Amino acid sequence: MSIKVTMPALSPTMEEGTLAKWHVKEGDTISSGDVIAEIETDKATMEVEAADDGTVAKIVVPEGTENVKVNEVIALLAGEGEDTDSVSEEKPEASAPQPAEDADEDADEEETSGEDEKAPAPPAVKVASDPELPEGTEFEEQTVREALRDAMAEEMRRDERVFVMGEEVAQYEGAYKVTQGLLAEFGDRRVVDTPITEHGFAGLGVGAAMAGLRPIVEFMTFNFAMQAMDHLINSAAKTRYMSGGQMSCPIVFRGPNGPAARVGAQHSQDYASWYSHIPGLIVIAPYSAADAKGLLKAAIRDPNPIIFLENEVLYGKSFDVPQLDDYTLPIGKARVMKQGSDVTLVSYSHGITYCLDAMAKLEEEGIDAELIDLRTIRPLDIDTVIESVKKTNRVVTVDETWPHCGVGAEIAAQVQAKAFDYLDAPILRVTQKDVPMPYAANLEKLALPSADEVIEAVKTVCYR
Amino acid sequence: MATRSRSSATSRKKPSGKSSTAKSSTAKRSTAGKTPARRKSASGGKSASKSSPAGFDKDEDLKAYRDMLLIRRFEEKAGQMYGMGLIGGFCHLYIGQEAVVIGMQGAIEDGDQVVTGYRDHGHMLATGMDPKGVMAELTGREGGYSKGKGGSMHMFSVEKNFYGGHGIVGAPVPIGTGLAFSNQYNRTDRVCLTYFGDGAANQGQVYESFNMAELWQLPVVYVIENNQYAMGTSVARASAQTDLSKRGTSFNIPGEQVDGMDVRAVREAGRKAVEWCRAGKGPYLLEMMTYRYRGHSMSDPAKYRAKEEVNKMRSEHDPIEQVRKRLIEQHKLSEDELKSIDKDIKKTVNEAAEFAQSSPEPDPSELWTDVVELSEGA
Repeated sequence: MSIKVTMPALSPTMEEGTLAKWHVKEGDTISSGDVIAEIETDKATMEVEAADDGTVAKIVVPEGTENVKVNEVIALLAGEGEDTDSVSEEKPEASAPQPAEDADEDADEEETSGEDEKAPAPPAVKVASDPELPEGTEFEEQTVREALRDAMAEEMRRDERVFVMGEEVAQYEGAYKVTQGLLAEFGDRRVVDTPITEHGFAGLGVGAAMAGLRPIVEFMTFNFAMQAMDHLINSAAKTRYMSGGQMSCPIVFRGPNGPAARVGAQHSQDYASWYSHIPGLIVIAPYSAADAKGLLKAAIRDPNPIIFLENEVLYGKSFDVPQLDDYTLPIGKARVMKQGSDVTLVSYSHGITYCLDAMAKLEEEGIDAELIDLRTIRPLDIDTVIESVKKTNRVVTVDETWPHCGVGAEIAAQVQAKAFDYLDAPILRVTQKDVPMPYAANLEKLALPSADEVIEAVKTVCYR
Repeated sequence: MATRSRSSATSRKKPSGKSSTAKSSTAKRSTAGKTPARRKSASGGKSASKSSPAGFDKDEDLKAYRDMLLIRRFEEKAGQMYGMGLIGGFCHLYIGQEAVVIGMQGAIEDGDQVVTGYRDHGHMLATGMDPKGVMAELTGREGGYSKGKGGSMHMFSVEKNFYGGHGIVGAPVPIGTGLAFSNQYNRTDRVCLTYFGDGAANQGQVYESFNMAELWQLPVVYVIENNQYAMGTSVARASAQTDLSKRGTSFNIPGEQVDGMDVRAVREAGRKAVEWCRAGKGPYLLEMMTYRYRGHSMSDPAKYRAKEEVNKMRSEHDPIEQVRKRLIEQHKLSEDELKSIDKDIKKTVNEAAEFAQSSPEPDPSELWTDVVELSEGA
């Protein structure tokens, strides 16, 4: 059997080209790797290397031929011990090369698969409800800051693989004092101060996670995580998929997110929608101290890369936290914070404060709002929202992302697709205004969402 | 696997009153102070001029020959299959650089880790990954290492300690540094080989990694594969300091240039570097002077360099020919014996190619798997 040399493709889009030049003639002996011809495409001239050893028995396509189709036989080689004469008698057309046929079939299949085959439906995700608290559970008032610290400390006691790294997390005890006391308890092997080098230590954390450790990487604020974005998305989020499930990246990136107070444009941004865009990431943004604790503990145990968005303004706020040995919450489950019948408010993190303020006033005016704290932004617990919409028929979203492609936009899209017939009014969004955060106190106030804006939106959808 | 209790696990940070950092940096300076071997300015590429490395015995040369030839033939076949439309997208061939991964692999032990960028087929074969699984990933088939979902640039093997396969230039450097961090954290004496190219050597994250690696004395060998062109840009056009072995100097990371076309030189330098890391002295930098024969990717006509330059490297410095010559002249192997090796390799590669075409495309249901691992949450 002769060896067929076929017209190569030089890019996935090339279909044909010109066989510009032969570097060999019939009777020449060639080895694998030798340049035997040159071909031209509209983009470039490229050399063709032999992939086999042998003697050129027949040049099928002479040089200068244009529009030679990819995979057409251009020459025949006689292998070792073969007679070049008999090979040159073979009819290349009749014995079209096996791989080329395969390739054609594949190409056809792909084309048909593109047209005929529908993408299968995504798997349904079932998330457990919050665990019932045992009777007689005691509560302690704790700040969000303390709850987060306790969550980390408990998980570090539980699992030797868990460690914390970031800027000022150890000796300084956290720029926002979230890691207070951790160095004293766990030492500098497990509480690691890094240089100011977000891109580097985020990538380092990813490597450590791939090796089986459970890093908690603190960003002093998520504004600085922009420097590390490539590792969060390309290295952490995609590893499981790209490896066919072979390798995972169990890591928690956490830190304050969203506008603080008077820190200007580069330090005031809610990144929830950015990270929520990425398949492979889980995005959590709690409001209360109890949720912060239960969800951070769950996040540290979770086998996936997690973006855990905290909020500077909420750090010092106190809440009742159940005093249980091991309080964890399900990731991906929204909480109905208050039942109501007239309108559904959907919010998370600091957005909740605007809602609570607004709801107090709305109640005075006889409007009974239901408040949903998403807690996890990805995966989004849209079912809980839909259930509520079926009851209230009205939705207002409240968050500190910008409106364009923000979290509210996603909720609006999903609600109209899944509960269109239940809606009695357009879905409205209360967001950060579509401008970089101004510094001036009055402008900053105007740029942020407010309880008044929530009230106005609620009245609009209630036609009041 | 020996677990050595590392005193430097605590020297990572600077505990007050400890002198461990001072100690190790003294040890380092004696090497770091040495001028790295100067490169000859041979036309058509630079090669480190070192005194010749310790020779390989017959078995070592035979193994190097087989291992490098496997990569060469595999890549040629991949190129051919790309030409037939069986492999899509980007395909970066390793032809010409074989001595680097084979030499370095000979310098490490089981359990040591390897991570690299997108020109990664050679690394995978060197770590012992199955050519069938690699080729089937190139064709996007179910039998591929990533079930066809990764492609040429994205393959991993937990079993062989191969951590990818990364498509973003420079990204493997902090990841490899993190793998080394885990070795220190777990108090093992494992070492991580972190490969990147002369192009990646200009990325900022490389220096962020160098800083942390030396600061914390992490066991990582940085292997710069200087094949002299970052896509189409020569080192001289992109780098203020073209001696890349000096790139760790300001972090006190010792570095040297190595003739990356000579598998013996690579292994010798690799052993020294790995030993350095295993002894807890921190990172080490090796600049492998190497050359890729093919374009940056399959669709690169490589017009930025003279044909003579390529031909000179191929005819005078080819890593496989060097070993082949030794096998014939020093180890007295017959042409027939070599032919039988060639035949074996060809068979392996053909089987891989066949498997890569007969393995089915992944089931459509695979579209949704492996995005996140679903868990109960609580």
